[in-house]
Amino acid sequence: MNIDGKEVEAEEGKTILEAAKSAGIDIPTLCYNEKLAPYGGCRFCTVEISKGGKTRLVVSCVYNVEDGLVVKTASPKVIKIRKMLLELMLASAPVLSELAKQYGIEKPRFQSEVTQCILCGQCVRYCAEVKKANALTFVGRGVNRRVAFVDEIVGKGVCMDCRQCYGLCPTGKIPRETDGAYFEGIRVSDVLSRRRAKKD
Amino acid sequence: MAKLRSPADLEKKRQQILSQRDPNKTCVTICSGTGCHVLGSDKVSEAFLGEISKNGLKGKVDIRRTGCHGFCERGPVVVIFPEGICYLGVKPADVPDVVSKTLVDKQLVERLLYQDSTGKTIAHEGDIPFYKFQSRIVFGNNTRIDPKSIDDYIALGGYSALAKALFKMSPEQVLDEVKKSNLRGRGGGGFPAGVKWETTRDAPGDIKYVIVNADEGDPGAFMDRSLLEGNPHSVLEGLIIGAYAIGSHEGFIYVRQEYPLAVENASIALEQARKYGLLGKNILGSGFDFDVKIHRGAGAFVSGESSALMTAIEGKVGEPRPKYIRTAVSGVWERPSNLNNVETWATVPLIINRGADWFTSIGTKGSKGTKIFSLVGKVNNTGLVEVPMGMALRDIIYKIGGGIRQGKKFKAVQTGGPSGGCLPENLIDLPVDFDELTKVGSMMGSGGMIVMDEDTCMVDVAKYFLNFLSDESCGKCVPCRAGIEQMVEILNRICAGQGRPGDIELLEEICEVTRDASLCALGQTAPNPVLSTVQYFRDEYKAHIEQKRCPAGVCKALVSFYIQPDKCQACQICLKDCPVQAISGAKNIVHIIDQAKCTKCGTCFEVCPQRFSAVVKISGEPVPAAPPAGIEVIRKKGKQE
Repeated sequence: MNIDGKEVEAEEGKTILEAAKSAGIDIPTLCYNEKLAPYGGCRFCTVEISKGGKTRLVVSCVYNVEDGLVVKTASPKVIKIRKMLLELMLASAPVLSELAKQYGIEKPRFQSEVTQCILCGQCVRYCAEVKKANALTFVGRGVNRRVAFVDEIVGKGVCMDCRQCYGLCPTGKIPRETDGAYFEGIRVSDVLSRRRAKKD
Repeated sequence: MAKLRSPADLEKKRQQILSQRDPNKTCVTICSGTGCHVLGSDKVSEAFLGEISKNGLKGKVDIRRTGCHGFCERGPVVVIFPEGICYLGVKPADVPDVVSKTLVDKQLVERLLYQDSTGKTIAHEGDIPFYKFQSRIVFGNNTRIDPKSIDDYIALGGYSALAKALFKMSPEQVLDEVKKSNLRGRGGGGFPAGVKWETTRDAPGDIKYVIVNADEGDPGAFMDRSLLEGNPHSVLEGLIIGAYAIGSHEGFIYVRQEYPLAVENASIALEQARKYGLLGKNILGSGFDFDVKIHRGAGAFVSGESSALMTAIEGKVGEPRPKYIRTAVSGVWERPSNLNNVETWATVPLIINRGADWFTSIGTKGSKGTKIFSLVGKVNNTGLVEVPMGMALRDIIYKIGGGIRQGKKFKAVQTGGPSGGCLPENLIDLPVDFDELTKVGSMMGSGGMIVMDEDTCMVDVAKYFLNFLSDESCGKCVPCRAGIEQMVEILNRICAGQGRPGDIELLEEICEVTRDASLCALGQTAPNPVLSTVQYFRDEYKAHIEQKRCPAGVCKALVSFYIQPDKCQACQICLKDCPVQAISGAKNIVHIIDQAKCTKCGTCFEVCPQRFSAVVKISGEPVPAAPPAGIEVIRKKGKQE
């Protein structure tokens, strides 16, 4: 296959992202973690692929390599998408402003509740898939989606010595905001009660 | 009862049922679909039972409670067979008249009949324009069967298509017939069902699943619900035939818990079919095994998406999967899983019985057969309608729907639910088929059709649908979650009179990324309500942003109410009805609205007698200064209060 004009060989079953990486081509990611199952949530690694005259946009962390595939990792369309995604994330996670500047975003046009979390779910997934502790979970749907600690599991003390999610968090929210073992005020019960309060 | 062990057994059973039924015996069918149920069909049914025994007709008249007839606007609907006399809006108090006049004296109760615009009454269901212009091949049997009775379904030829498929056709032949019919998925995408079946059939693996998608979640749509409630066996028969063609032995009906009657009737249907040997091991003695489980969905719009639905069946949170592999190849527990919508499955027995050639004779080049629509909104005859593909929107809205309410002007029709688009008046002659709707920026979707009149603000409509989607997005991927959030934000500020220059372009910019980068179809189609209204009603957006004017007078922040002092007759109606006491005045003293207190609820506008029409709605221009308090009413000569 061909990535950004470079002929690349990759094993069947590998993703475009993995193939690009081994060829020294950098595709930016936010929710990707090689230890975890592909998630396809941030869509930041979107690339343009063509085969047989057809062009599509796919996320490279999920799409598997194919013979004869032509991949553009930074076409104008791809850059446009990444810029918009970053600008959208910036509204709730201003901590991304350094990265945004690299994409030429100086003055964000959007506003949202600042959570400093982009819901990449690395903490949730790592805790479930690798640690198998399930101390973190998503709560809520759509714009109300949040990451929260499961009170009952955290209460058993599993988080005290682990803290492996600290290093995973791309916005640094977890190490910055956790007090002791888990987010202050970001337990499931707190998220739910806040939501209830908002509804009232 | 003993299980049916062969097609001959089934035929014998049918004859036995028919022999016990006199086709000329009077049968009162009472629609008990959701619409009529809400309008009180239970009480009507009780009244019939009472009156019939009071008149000594017990045993001489059958009563059948059926599923939805479709004419929800005029419910409760009662149809009396064999004549097919249709009574609309029947109340328990009408029942004694119906029984004594129609059942005993064989006369019509004129006041309950349909009346056309000239005042002429129409007695027979089939002659009423609402029904006359429809082709109710899938939905029509709803009026003839009690959904809780498998015998009713068998009496009408039910399960004969299954017998034909199992005994006279190979699985390949069934598949070929469905492929030849070019049946396209009725759930939204319009993907050819036969091709999907073949993918699942050919996919490696011994265990394969077939699934009914009854997770209908579009605002204003209720066709799948009414079909599953009203004729569950037709859906089940289609599913078994599909399973046979695909080589599946296990199926699911994914139905939302909010549809309790659909869950109940489908459960009863499964039980009955098992008892009759039409489901389970060795169906009809053919050696083919197949059974079905009902999975009750927790009611998330996104769970109608195929991979989310399958994840939900696995017992996990119903979120779409990011994979690029089709669920037809890797679905429930990563096994090949074929998902079709309720209506698609219900169409299958018809195709097997009557053949693909018959089916392809109905419809357009690319879209065959009929489609059921929920015709709702500002149309006179709301309800469920089934029309051949290719019928013009105009015919559906005017001939069947009876035109716009209160003689108002048509403005737009929204098709395809939250993922669809709004089509303006110049497209009203568009033939309704999968490809034509997509071409103009909307979609067939599962068949929602919301008619809008001149009093509808298109920016407000876009806001409504995007708000719905912002709650219903699963929130997993950024372009959908955050993209929709920001679109709602911008639409909110436009409607609030805070729109900025460049907002339309910004909306389009977000739309493009949300469409191109979202993980699943919910996000990919979420921009449609915005894009189609921007495309066809851009001036309306501009009026909101540039002139702070809402042309339809809907957006509260851009509307004011004003009482014209020269027209006010001081009748005190608005004064009394105003919920916030914002209106001052007295008898003979012109009323005045205190703009600072007014919450713009519009009550004064609605209650002001039409002959005065003193209250006006103002948008985009300053409200005239209030007249000095205490002016006396100017009365027109010769008119007394």
